[in-house]
Amino acid sequence: MAQPQTIPAPITAFTSRRRRQLAVALAVALALALLPLAVADVFVMNILVLTILFASLSQSWNILGGYCGQISLGHAVYFGIGAYVTVALFVDFGILPWFGMLAGAAIAVVLALALGYPCFRLAGHYYTIATIVIAEAALLLVANAEWTGGAVGLQLPFAPDSWATLQFGRTKLPYYYLALGLAVATWIVSWVIEDTRAGYWWRAVNSDIAAAQSLGVNVFRSKMAASAVSAFFTAVAGGVYAFFVSYIDPTSVMSFHISLLISLPAVLGGIGTLWGPALGAIVLIPMGELTRSYFGGTGLGTNLIVYGVLVMAISLLRPQGLVSLVHLFVPRRA
Amino acid sequence: MEGPPLLEVDGVTRRFGSLVANDDVRFTVPRGGLIGLIGPNGAGKSTLFNLIAGVFAPSAGRIVFDGTDITRLPAPARCALGIARTFQVVRSFNAMTVLDNVLVGALVRDADTRAARFRAHEMLVFTGLDGRARALAGELTSPEKRRLEMARALATRPKLLLLDEVMAGLTPTEAREGIELVRRVRASGITVIMVEHVMEVVMPLVDHAIVLDLGRVIASGRPDAVVRDPRVIESYLGAGHA
Ligand SMILES: Nc1ncnc2c1ncn2[C@@H]1O[C@H](COP(=O)(O)OP(=O)(O)OP(=O)(O)O)[C@@H](O)[C@H]1O
Ligand SMILES: [Mg+2]
Repeated sequence: MAQPQTIPAPITAFTSRRRRQLAVALAVALALALLPLAVADVFVMNILVLTILFASLSQSWNILGGYCGQISLGHAVYFGIGAYVTVALFVDFGILPWFGMLAGAAIAVVLALALGYPCFRLAGHYYTIATIVIAEAALLLVANAEWTGGAVGLQLPFAPDSWATLQFGRTKLPYYYLALGLAVATWIVSWVIEDTRAGYWWRAVNSDIAAAQSLGVNVFRSKMAASAVSAFFTAVAGGVYAFFVSYIDPTSVMSFHISLLISLPAVLGGIGTLWGPALGAIVLIPMGELTRSYFGGTGLGTNLIVYGVLVMAISLLRPQGLVSLVHLFVPRRA
Repeated sequence: MEGPPLLEVDGVTRRFGSLVANDDVRFTVPRGGLIGLIGPNGAGKSTLFNLIAGVFAPSAGRIVFDGTDITRLPAPARCALGIARTFQVVRSFNAMTVLDNVLVGALVRDADTRAARFRAHEMLVFTGLDGRARALAGELTSPEKRRLEMARALATRPKLLLLDEVMAGLTPTEAREGIELVRRVRASGITVIMVEHVMEVVMPLVDHAIVLDLGRVIASGRPDAVVRDPRVIESYLGAGHA
């Protein structure tokens, strides 16, 4: 195609905006890479790992829920599959977690497609209901299966520190960098997707199905693809999480609570945006951890109340999420 | 002289329950033609567009486009074949920029987003919307939104463009600009069918007019002949005026 000699202003503006996004991300990633130098406290380190991991998880959720508009409240099933498959393959067959995570991710993708196949031909809310039901069913299956250790769960054996087996007994630092690497990866995947044909098609599907179809968009295939990418990274994060905590059971990796923790940061921070999931996670995850430690082990209910209040407050005050606070300082161009 | 028709609507009927929205509609559209489709409220004009664009299938009859039977083809496949349309009630992607809205249309021909973005910008220039490229579609005024619909449809490089009341609610100046735009679209080689309520707008513009009433074609021919047809006058003004 013949491109004009001078590039039109809106296109140069678009290109430089993309570059700026990348520069900001690079700066944030560098700052986060240096952050452990300032943090010695184990408790704080723990919260940091969880925050970054759930930022990454919510970024993965956002690919399907934010861009494509398919709201899943059952992402715990992909997370749990990633966790269980990675741990079980390692414990039972000695398969390194790096490969175990890929296996878990592959299974999660197959499940996502199998779930999407009947559901994505229906209207949006049926999909949401189906994800809740499937995740609850999976929770029951896992709690009663043998290879998962049933309700007791699976414990990683004690092993020497090693990047091959992702076992580190004395320090949480490697898990911090593992989580950060994954967060950077999911951010970059999102950034790349935003300027691909699929990325535009997904947002068109989210916005207006009939209009999208009239412009040649295959709605079903778009939803399937977004769902597969989202499930893949969610399962990988599940594997990382399992090795970080070294012990998993059905409620800790597959309960509805996990699905909420994966979806809420993006909703709170700004659904369908690049930085919404991370911003939401920075607010939600530490708050959840702190309430849990102050209110003791029974803090689960308190957590949910805090999340509920937060989400309501944000949706009333800032319907576009925390990300829109930026516009208080950086005015939108006309 | 003009070879086989671009579009052939062959005895198409569409029922909604007991309502017959299109009743044995048949006509052909020659390549390069500019056809006006008129008729009173509820005549079935938008339904006919939906049938041609593939929103739903006819209850009976056949639609042939560019030599291909498209009667059962889904909407995206018809877009790929070269049918584009605007919606009577605009359907912008409100949270996306104006440029990105048009880009979605361009992507059906070009997977490379950069090339498609240039193409999309050309369409904004063509429709006079380039000044609003970076605004969110949701921020546009309603005449701007109608032009956005056209830009987006044109970005798909259609052979046939279906315009559903793109002039509705425009001021006389805006309507004149709209007419000019339709002329330029036609001059670029695209075949156009336009639905319009206001006879004064369509009749001077089109080279052939089709009049629908209660789902049936009641008149079809040169615009000056059609406006004098007693059945047309009656359907527009009600019984007793013919
Ligand atoms: N999807 C649908 N389901 C049920 N009835 C429909 C549907 N679409 C159209 N109709 C009915 O079919 C008839 C024709 O409607 P249509 O929208 O095609 O008319 P129109 O000629 O475009 O009218 P207008 O000038 O008001 O736009 C109307 O009675 C309408 O209520
Ligand atoms: Mg209509």
